[in-house]
Amino acid sequence: MKRVGEVQSSNYLLAKFHDLVDWAVNSSRANSLWPMPFGTACCAIEFMATAASRFDFARFGMERQAFSPRQADVLICAGRLPFKLAPVIRRIYDQMPQPKWVISMGACASTGGIFDNYSMVQGIDTIVPVDVYVPGCPPRPEGLLYGILLLHKKIKGESLFDAVRRRDEQPLDEKGLRLPPETIDEISEPFGNSVHQFRSS
Amino acid sequence: MIPGALREAVARDGETIVYVPRERLLEVMTWLKHTPEQEFDYLVDVTAVEYRDRERSLEVVYFLRSLKRRADIRVKVELDPSEELWVDSVWELWHGADWLEREVFDMFGVTFRGHPDLRRILMWETYAEGYPLRKSFPLRGRFSRAEQVRQALNANPEAHYSLEELSIADAAGDLPDEMRDRLRRGERGVIPEPPSP
Repeated sequence: MKRVGEVQSSNYLLAKFHDLVDWAVNSSRANSLWPMPFGTACCAIEFMATAASRFDFARFGMERQAFSPRQADVLICAGRLPFKLAPVIRRIYDQMPQPKWVISMGACASTGGIFDNYSMVQGIDTIVPVDVYVPGCPPRPEGLLYGILLLHKKIKGESLFDAVRRRDEQPLDEKGLRLPPETIDEISEPFGNSVHQFRSS
Repeated sequence: MIPGALREAVARDGETIVYVPRERLLEVMTWLKHTPEQEFDYLVDVTAVEYRDRERSLEVVYFLRSLKRRADIRVKVELDPSEELWVDSVWELWHGADWLEREVFDMFGVTFRGHPDLRRILMWETYAEGYPLRKSFPLRGRFSRAEQVRQALNANPEAHYSLEELSIADAAGDLPDEMRDRLRRGERGVIPEPPSP
């Protein structure tokens, strides 16, 4: 334990150096995000409005939309996700290079929304890890922009020297699931009005 | 009209509904399509209804239109939901019935006899929970959410295509080996040989 005021020369300089590197890298990453739009429903219309001239998320560095996952670093799932598309979004996520982030846009992508039925994924966080959830049905473009700014904030708080960030490189277990089955069942539980319906009815 | 083929005919609000026993369906449909004063040359839709009243039968509904005469007719076949659900396919008369009948098969489990490629069309082929639009089907499906996610994540997106679809424009010969292997594992029968030059 060193006393306060004592010069901690090497550690201090190393920490400052890490901060500097993090600041440079994170600013570059946050201010030049390349989104991979995964639009499946009406949220995609609001996404397009956000991309178009009136709202224009190019102002926040998302100038280039990458319609190829290999050249993208933020996956924006705009709209409901049926089970039939689950392996597709999983593969797109796997194809994106690290570092990568995911924005879940809208009620359906985040929780299943009104589609609490046999065909719909109850929240894409059962399939891929999600960084920012944008509520709304669909969210206004301002909502998506706010979510993007929140993601900027999150990226700027990351550290290159934190190995935990890379934990999702090989995320699927031997059963092919990202989360334990109990967790998936728990976060897929009905809520709101739909708790009055039963699985057997 | 063919004698004895109509169980009931209803004309209401300018619409004609005809109930046909399923044994006579193909006969009636052929008659409706090929008789000069009928000429129902366009099959608009094939669908099915199961009523909440358990006493009522499940109905397979055919919407027919004559483009020439500008006339419509609706043909219904009543099936007993407690027995095996089957009707004859009308694919031979209208090829457009292909995907419509596949959808009814997918959602209600009605088998169309004589259909060339009766597979699921909306749900994936390995879907094992049953027929979603039947009244006996629970809204959220039969499996737990975790099991549904597991099955969905382990499905092959490429397997949604049939070999016929992939062989359009002789593409089957150019398929990557990986995809051919996956198709083989899906037990889709033999892969057609590429055409000899």
